[in-house]
Amino acid sequence: MAEKIATREAYGNALAEFGDKYPNFVVLDADLAAATKTGVFKKKFPDRFFDCGIAEGNMMTVAAGLAAAGKIPFASTFAMFAAGRAFEQIRNSIAYPHLNVKIGATHAGITVGEDGATHQCNEDIATMRSIPGMTIINPADAVEARAAVEAAINFNGPVYMRFGRLAVPVIFDAANYKFELGKGIQLADGKDVTIVATGIMVDMALSARAALAAEGIDARVINIHTIKPLDREIILAAARETGALVVAEEHNVIGGLGSAVAECLCEACPVPMLRVGVEDTFGHSGKVPALLEYYGLTPANIIAKAKAAIALKK
Amino acid sequence: MEQAKLNALKQTAANVRLGVLEAVHSASSGHPGGSLSITDILTYLYFEEMNIDPKDPQKADRDRLVLSKGHTAPALYSVLAQRGYFDPAELKTLRQLDSFLQGHPDMKHTPGIDMTTGSLGLGISAACGMALAAKIDNKDYRTYAIVGDGESQEGQVWEAAMFAAHYKLDNLVMVIDWNGLQIDGRITDVMNPTPHDKKLEAFGWNVISIDGHDFEQIAAAFEAAKACKGKPTAIIATTIKGKGVSFMEDQASWHGSAPNAEQYAQAVAEIKAAMAD
Repeated sequence: MAEKIATREAYGNALAEFGDKYPNFVVLDADLAAATKTGVFKKKFPDRFFDCGIAEGNMMTVAAGLAAAGKIPFASTFAMFAAGRAFEQIRNSIAYPHLNVKIGATHAGITVGEDGATHQCNEDIATMRSIPGMTIINPADAVEARAAVEAAINFNGPVYMRFGRLAVPVIFDAANYKFELGKGIQLADGKDVTIVATGIMVDMALSARAALAAEGIDARVINIHTIKPLDREIILAAARETGALVVAEEHNVIGGLGSAVAECLCEACPVPMLRVGVEDTFGHSGKVPALLEYYGLTPANIIAKAKAAIALKK
Repeated sequence: MEQAKLNALKQTAANVRLGVLEAVHSASSGHPGGSLSITDILTYLYFEEMNIDPKDPQKADRDRLVLSKGHTAPALYSVLAQRGYFDPAELKTLRQLDSFLQGHPDMKHTPGIDMTTGSLGLGISAACGMALAAKIDNKDYRTYAIVGDGESQEGQVWEAAMFAAHYKLDNLVMVIDWNGLQIDGRITDVMNPTPHDKKLEAFGWNVISIDGHDFEQIAAAFEAAKACKGKPTAIIATTIKGKGVSFMEDQASWHGSAPNAEQYAQAVAEIKAAMAD
């Protein structure tokens, strides 16, 4: 069985790993360093770590000020308090002046688990995607998360990075993995349908593909780590070549990757497309496996939607 | 302060006020009241206090200024124009589609603007970030933030106040433009945020209260701020909204409305008459 690591953990480890190589970045947190894993960086680089206390709005604008003065700040908190509470600070003080701030948003989606709906942010991709010039990265595993952190450091501009609480399988080979900002990755070819997935749904998409293959259905699988800017070419090629898509994400079906892909398809290559995600509802406390089942974030649901999408082909 | 310097500052401030009026009148919108209340302090900062170079607005080790009360951009634009950052003739383009003078400060398009602001409560946090960056990089540049008295009703101002004291940002000065008025009326009637001096002291700040139109007091306050180590300084500047234009003074109605042609002519005449004295 594959090793399991939470992407938030990979985030904290990557910050600590890259600290020496990139001496100009600093890390801010809002009293959640133990949970966001920026504590790993804090331990190694105490002079470059600044706790802002439980004041996320101030933290985001302090980050903007640091960036305006030439630093590369990573501002970390839960997705809910970054993209939710501090939306306006991100919009007005970071994104509008296009400042070089990296937002490390952990505990995204329903896999937060027991803490329940107030902490399960299924709306962050939607709010961040609506901000001009914002780059959004949602890595699928620890290898991709590490690579994304380095790519964000080397990119000049605001980046929203979405990490999860849950330990998830490592699906990429660290030695051969290449991260290219804004480029989707085709993980498996197929001709009958394409499963476009992001974050924790990528591993499930691969499971779904195997099950579909056993039934004689040949599914392509695309991993979208950069939700904005969206890799339109890989999406449109999939639409042309497979004629039907399923988009899977741990996010509200409104405003996230599903919406982004739908916008792309409708304008350039309309084909049947169905979404797997949280169906415009709030989260709930519970054990993660039960929550994934309850909200339909499962290979079984991807399989069902894939078949339904194929049936919609003319 | 030498009389000649004092006179020069007064003349410059009067020219800045004329620029404010011209800009707001040309735009037929904007915020003259709070621009005129902060004019003397901004004039002092850019002409006497700050280490800046209008020929090199992005100079790495320059002092920074964040106009947290961003709606009073006309005052900052007028000061920058007087100081040589751009042609004062540009002031007439305020708020027009083809202008680089946005309704609120835009650091990406206006020379001399150190931070994009406009949404109240944000600028002071950005100033904290700049001051912290100076500490991290062992630089001796200083950061100035101009906060409105009404703006201090925003909770984020107090988040920032906590932050600045916690990280001992003695390279940060926050000026509160205490003109006593906000859009809906007297700030003590709308939502009383007083007493600022005691609150900021309790938050760990060095607090100095002055008359914000007295250049001697302004100069002494910034000097005292530099001498204070280990904590940030707040200068609470009592000012008059609409200062220098009789019919605008201490009137909340002039917070965000522009003078018509007749009012503009009278306002200009009053500023020029004061200059001649």
